[in-house]
Amino acid sequence: MILLRLAVKSLLSRGLTVGLTIFAIALSVALFLGVEKIRTGAKASFADTISGTDLIMGARSGGIQLLLYSVFRVGNATNNVTWQSYQDIAARPEVDWIVPLSLGDSHRGFRVLGTTEAFFERYKYRGGRDVDFAQGAVFDDLFDAVVGADVAAELNYALNDEIVVAHGVASFTEHDDKPFRIKGILQKTGTPVDRTVFVSLQAIEAIHIDWQGGGRSQTPISAEDARKMDLTPKAVTAALIGTQSRLQIFGLQRWINDYSEEPLLAILPGVALSELWNLIGVAEAALLAVSVMVVVTALLGMVAMIFSGLNERRREMALLRAIGAKPRTILGLLMTEATLMSLLAVVLGVGLLYTGLFLARSYVDAAFGLYLEISLPTAREYLVLCAVVCAGTIVSLLPALRAYRLSLSDGMQLRL
Amino acid sequence: MRPFLSLKDLQFEWQGRTGFALSVPELSVAEGEKLFLLGESGSGKSTLLSLICGIITADAGHVQIDGTDLGALRPAARDAFRADHIGVIFQMFNLLPYASPLENILLPLSFAKLRRQRVENPKEEALRLTSALGLAPELVEQADTRELSIGQQQRVAAARALLGRPRLIVADEPTSALDATAQAAFLDVLMTQTQAAGATLIMVSHDERLAQAFDRCLDLSEIAEVTRTSPRAMGGPL
Repeated sequence: MILLRLAVKSLLSRGLTVGLTIFAIALSVALFLGVEKIRTGAKASFADTISGTDLIMGARSGGIQLLLYSVFRVGNATNNVTWQSYQDIAARPEVDWIVPLSLGDSHRGFRVLGTTEAFFERYKYRGGRDVDFAQGAVFDDLFDAVVGADVAAELNYALNDEIVVAHGVASFTEHDDKPFRIKGILQKTGTPVDRTVFVSLQAIEAIHIDWQGGGRSQTPISAEDARKMDLTPKAVTAALIGTQSRLQIFGLQRWINDYSEEPLLAILPGVALSELWNLIGVAEAALLAVSVMVVVTALLGMVAMIFSGLNERRREMALLRAIGAKPRTILGLLMTEATLMSLLAVVLGVGLLYTGLFLARSYVDAAFGLYLEISLPTAREYLVLCAVVCAGTIVSLLPALRAYRLSLSDGMQLRL
Repeated sequence: MRPFLSLKDLQFEWQGRTGFALSVPELSVAEGEKLFLLGESGSGKSTLLSLICGIITADAGHVQIDGTDLGALRPAARDAFRADHIGVIFQMFNLLPYASPLENILLPLSFAKLRRQRVENPKEEALRLTSALGLAPELVEQADTRELSIGQQQRVAAARALLGRPRLIVADEPTSALDATAQAAFLDVLMTQTQAAGATLIMVSHDERLAQAFDRCLDLSEIAEVTRTSPRAMGGPL
């Protein structure tokens, strides 16, 4: 008890150095916890990129590749799925709904996705949230387009603006004879939807109707003529599927994978997402390692501070010894001080973190689509906080042991 | 009669760098005696006082206080014995700067069970002692320790040494930082209060003039022998 009172008074008397040391540790703790929050937030956001979809179907390739091009719009499909196969799958009794995805074109760096109106009903993110329209509505004319929030923001688009789709992902050939009108702008979701231009499946067919083998044919067909033609697609790139019952997911997946007409692949989005996360988890570990090093550095700073104070405190130690304090008491005093400092730092660090989270949350969500949850520390975080305090106590053993030895060898001399 | 404090064939050498050794063949102090030890710098007085207080232990020989051989005690017991039975006053830097004067006075009670038992109301007793030593209660309770004059600090230290009536008061040049008038006044109250507490007093000083008030005066160079084995020892512990 006396030890605690002495330690508190001694710390208070060295307010500035002690305060700075505590602040350094607090910052490192806040950083560590912040990284932890962002890490779990990013992981959760990542896993929440798509929900409500039971299966993703595409031409046979790798599961991660299918996920990348169908959901993240990264890379390209190796092959398409014929319209016949798509119809066969859509006709399966297990299928509740199916949304076709047709990829391949782009608009000023953003992927163009041909799909149906159902996409906006069926695509869910972050645990079942709907994709909502900020302005306008879903396409109803053949040459209507809906753009994601980032597309609209970066290209400064408003409703009824005219846009032209380019052929392929990185090409300068444009479908400039068949321009689109922006009919709807979506709200920010923090998913690849934000960076996508949506058109109808028929529109994709229409803009390619006078194309043959990757080039424009000699006999162009005007936009008006195209409207009158049969625009049933010959193929789609992938499809999102919802089943009648969760119990049927694996049965349908097996059926699609065993489909004999052409090689297909169906994946469970959750499984593929976690596979993909594991792939990029190395960066996560590196981030964590760096923040651990910052905590260690701050604790070392505290030890250095205690060490440097030791010499001028020899007098104090000798005095306590003369009054009857045991060397053990001196050891305890220094360790109590260090423990108090780390404890205070941890509390302050948690305070800093929550203040920061509170202030930055809406910005981070809007700018990066990263939803940071403000919740009580998890058991794991409590454990980390305890570990920081314990580490503070343990490293303070070094200067404390030195003080212990000094107090034995100094005897009663009060060196001046 | 058995002496209250006795040193017999005492040998001590500082470990390591200094090469400073002290030997005391014999020293006896009676209960309640006020002993003045005259010693210059380098006469080994701090070492001797450290030995008497049990902060360091002799390599050979005995230190006995009221029948207890300090060397025979385990270190923790020796610290507890010092806390209970010995009050110490230094030349300067007697107080913890971050604690109030009153807290400084009460501090030994945290380590000394026996002294704590003797004092029913520590704060009252501390204020009684300090007022007897000539300090105003407001000063003791409220002042910032760092702002006390040296004379006031020494009185606070004396009150701390006397609180709980330890049987031995050890004072190491307690007046050398004071001016002549303050010296006399301090010594006077110290003597009176030590007497009132029935304690034995051992004071070391280089100032012969202070010796008059004491029962006995010994020259340290006559009872203790100092040997230095290293030339660096001139700057050693004194």
